[in-house]
Amino acid sequence: MRRVTALVSFGVLVTAVVLAPTFFTHYRLFQLALVAVYLVALLGLDILTGFTGQISLGHGAFMGVGAYTTTILVVDHGWNDLLTIPVAGVVAGLFGLAFGLPATRFAGPYLALATFAIPLSFIGLLKRFPHFTGGGIGKNLPQLHSELGLHMNPSVWFYAVCWMIALVMLPLAFGIVRGRFGRALRAVRDSEIASTANGVSTATIKSAAFGISAFYCGVAGGLYAIGITYVNPDTFPIDLSILLLTGIVLGGAGSLYGMVFGALFVEFIRISWGPTILNGISRVHHLDTHAPGSGLVVYGLILLVVLYLAPAGAAGVVRRLMTGRSTVAGWSKPRSTTPSDPATGVEAP
Amino acid sequence: MAALLELNDVSARYGQVAALHGISLTVGEGEVVALLGANGAGKTTTLRAVSGTVRRSGEVILGGKRLTRSGPEAVARNGVAHVPEGRGIFTQLSVWENLRMGAYMRRGRPDFKTVLDYFPWLDARRNQQAGTLSGGEQQMLALARAFLQRPKLLMLDEPSLGLAPLVTREVFRVVTDLNEKEGLAVLVVEQNAAIALGVARRAYVLETGSIALAGSADELRSNDAIRTAYLGY
Amino acid sequence: MAQFLQTVVSGLALGSIYGSLALALVLIYKATEVINFAQGEMAMFTTYISWALITHHGMSYWPAFFVTLLIAFAGGIGLQTVVVRPLARASVLTVVMATIALLVILNGAAAWIWSPQLQFYPSPFPTSSWVIGGVHISKQDAGTFGVVAACVVVLALFFRFTKLGLAMRAGALNPAAARLMGVRTSLLLALGWGFAAVLGAVSGMMVAPTFFLTPNMMQAVLIYAFAAAVLGGLESPVGAVTGGVLLGVMLNLITQYVTFVTPDLQLPVALGILLVVLLIRPSGLLGRAVVRRV
Repeated sequence: MRRVTALVSFGVLVTAVVLAPTFFTHYRLFQLALVAVYLVALLGLDILTGFTGQISLGHGAFMGVGAYTTTILVVDHGWNDLLTIPVAGVVAGLFGLAFGLPATRFAGPYLALATFAIPLSFIGLLKRFPHFTGGGIGKNLPQLHSELGLHMNPSVWFYAVCWMIALVMLPLAFGIVRGRFGRALRAVRDSEIASTANGVSTATIKSAAFGISAFYCGVAGGLYAIGITYVNPDTFPIDLSILLLTGIVLGGAGSLYGMVFGALFVEFIRISWGPTILNGISRVHHLDTHAPGSGLVVYGLILLVVLYLAPAGAAGVVRRLMTGRSTVAGWSKPRSTTPSDPATGVEAP
Repeated sequence: MAALLELNDVSARYGQVAALHGISLTVGEGEVVALLGANGAGKTTTLRAVSGTVRRSGEVILGGKRLTRSGPEAVARNGVAHVPEGRGIFTQLSVWENLRMGAYMRRGRPDFKTVLDYFPWLDARRNQQAGTLSGGEQQMLALARAFLQRPKLLMLDEPSLGLAPLVTREVFRVVTDLNEKEGLAVLVVEQNAAIALGVARRAYVLETGSIALAGSADELRSNDAIRTAYLGY
Repeated sequence: MAQFLQTVVSGLALGSIYGSLALALVLIYKATEVINFAQGEMAMFTTYISWALITHHGMSYWPAFFVTLLIAFAGGIGLQTVVVRPLARASVLTVVMATIALLVILNGAAAWIWSPQLQFYPSPFPTSSWVIGGVHISKQDAGTFGVVAACVVVLALFFRFTKLGLAMRAGALNPAAARLMGVRTSLLLALGWGFAAVLGAVSGMMVAPTFFLTPNMMQAVLIYAFAAAVLGGLESPVGAVTGGVLLGVMLNLITQYVTFVTPDLQLPVALGILLVVLLIRPSGLLGRAVVRRV
């Protein structure tokens, strides 16, 4: 039954992706291509956060690593841009492992804290080695163009490439979170101590999850660079990392299909939805809706409201509509249903 | 004797698991009452239902006031001192700081002098970290701290747990003292029925979340059938 | 030698700022096991308030400073009550996300209200310096260090000697037992957020004269504060302050003497130090070994 639902959902997604070009303008298609890019990044982060229970506030930087890899290979070494994508993924994945191997030995809060330092450190590194990265100015890629001898509109081409890759990465993610490895991931999330006792090396599992998630983000970053045709330190600010984590929560951590909603949110909140909502409000009050920062306020408020009303995100809402109950992956389970034990201050089991 | 504490048809559950099935009991003013029974019978849960550390239904009435909807801090403010299973000592604070916590609700200077009359050794240990005290000393500290709350009702959960017989006897001697000299009502949960019945006037025997038996300490002690079936000695 | 001492002294001033923000993080973490990612933005926002009081409402520096501390205190309590308390039974991850939402909102709101432009922020201390045995000690640095140290000492005295402070410590150690003593722990949690906000405001107002006032002013400071808190062990207030001071001095010395490390590399170096420390001592330099909860 679950398998059938998954197949049907995949079919619906593929159909929507194939049909979209007949309905939307080239400009919209370009935006939808970026949705695919964010989808890939969110799938990776969801494996880490949703399935392994590790918060990362630094994965925007791994997108950055992928983007810079692609850019440097294309601009300085004359590679074909499509061929750089897997390399971007692998390089970011290695960076992820290099960080994850030491960092994932720490329990929950320490890891989240350490990841928070990644984006700003990444920017610092970019600026420190300008001959390699282009420094504060960054680097420009060639104009977006179709390849393989096809003469397509660049936006349509980019849309096709991004969604083809996303539709490969999605089943791949399913393969990762199902099966033995996936069970190990969830075991780590639900109880680190119990899984250690059962012979699962939590640090190894967490590092692997960190590497995989960074790989996904690297692929997304490579595509992103090709799409927007430039990279500089400001392309991958700390806000991007936060936005990715927000996408996970809004999509529904622990649900891979939920990431489609998350990706739509990440792409459209700042440029379309935020301003639309603000305009609605400003008819009531007199607000300057083009002011800097206003979009951030709206998106932060949306995040808060979702946390209160639908802590399982869009996927949780869909599930509730379909089944009438909101069973959720362990991510949003409450801290305790029994009062804590006054003798030790430890929550009752 | 007027009832200080009255439980009417009180039930409690941990998540899906029901631990108490509608029990009723009373503790009179200045009375010592024991709760006996096997492991998992619901003794600890009964105390927690009174102090509000577990969600409960039914009626919990203290001195005529309904406390069924009150949280632990409100129950404490109404005059219940609960020394929980494991004693609830702040192990990383000093002995003196633990005592100050006992007097947290009281205005003005806490009555440390009276406490030191009952527990004279505390004075020399005031700056010691509470976690480094022996088990018996920690139990005494918990008692002293509960006394500083100036409660109407003192609830003790397995005060003898992990203590040597001699130390246990000392603990119960102080409990008796507090009851007789200060008129403090006591509801005590014990595995060790013999020692509990030596101190208590009345007792309830719990079995799988219900009251199986109630009676005066003398009755329970003198009935051989009851002794072997429920009290195990 | 004079150069070395000067570097140490200015590191002390910067480090004390990291330390005070780290202390704010530890206060909240100890009581609730939640890392408040909005701590830096709360500090930034209150610093803007003090700036507005000074430049738009004609207050002089010190009155504005103290009024801001009051506002920060009330704001911290308000945020805990409105945003965090309703999530008391939610997962830790949900609460952390809520603090991240708060970070985004405050950052946006500051840009919205006061514009994202860089603003000059006045310093209460003269720009001159004392010369002691050939060592120049800037009054700016000394003043900063003094203000932060005073705040930390006042807070330490509060926790040590007042009934409320004791109850807050007890509540953090064993909330269930504290409630049995009649302690209203939920009120004390709000109070903890209030104190954390005050410490944050102090660090913000002390950092603003050197870093200038922008909505992103505290991002790097927050990361250094995280590093300081982790260095000292998230459970230890003394460790947080010590960690902050150590980090400030260490980073200053490294940038001064290791030419490879330019200011751009300060953060990566801090991250590196953090990772190394955590590898050697997973619960920080002064933290106790944490017994993880199953």
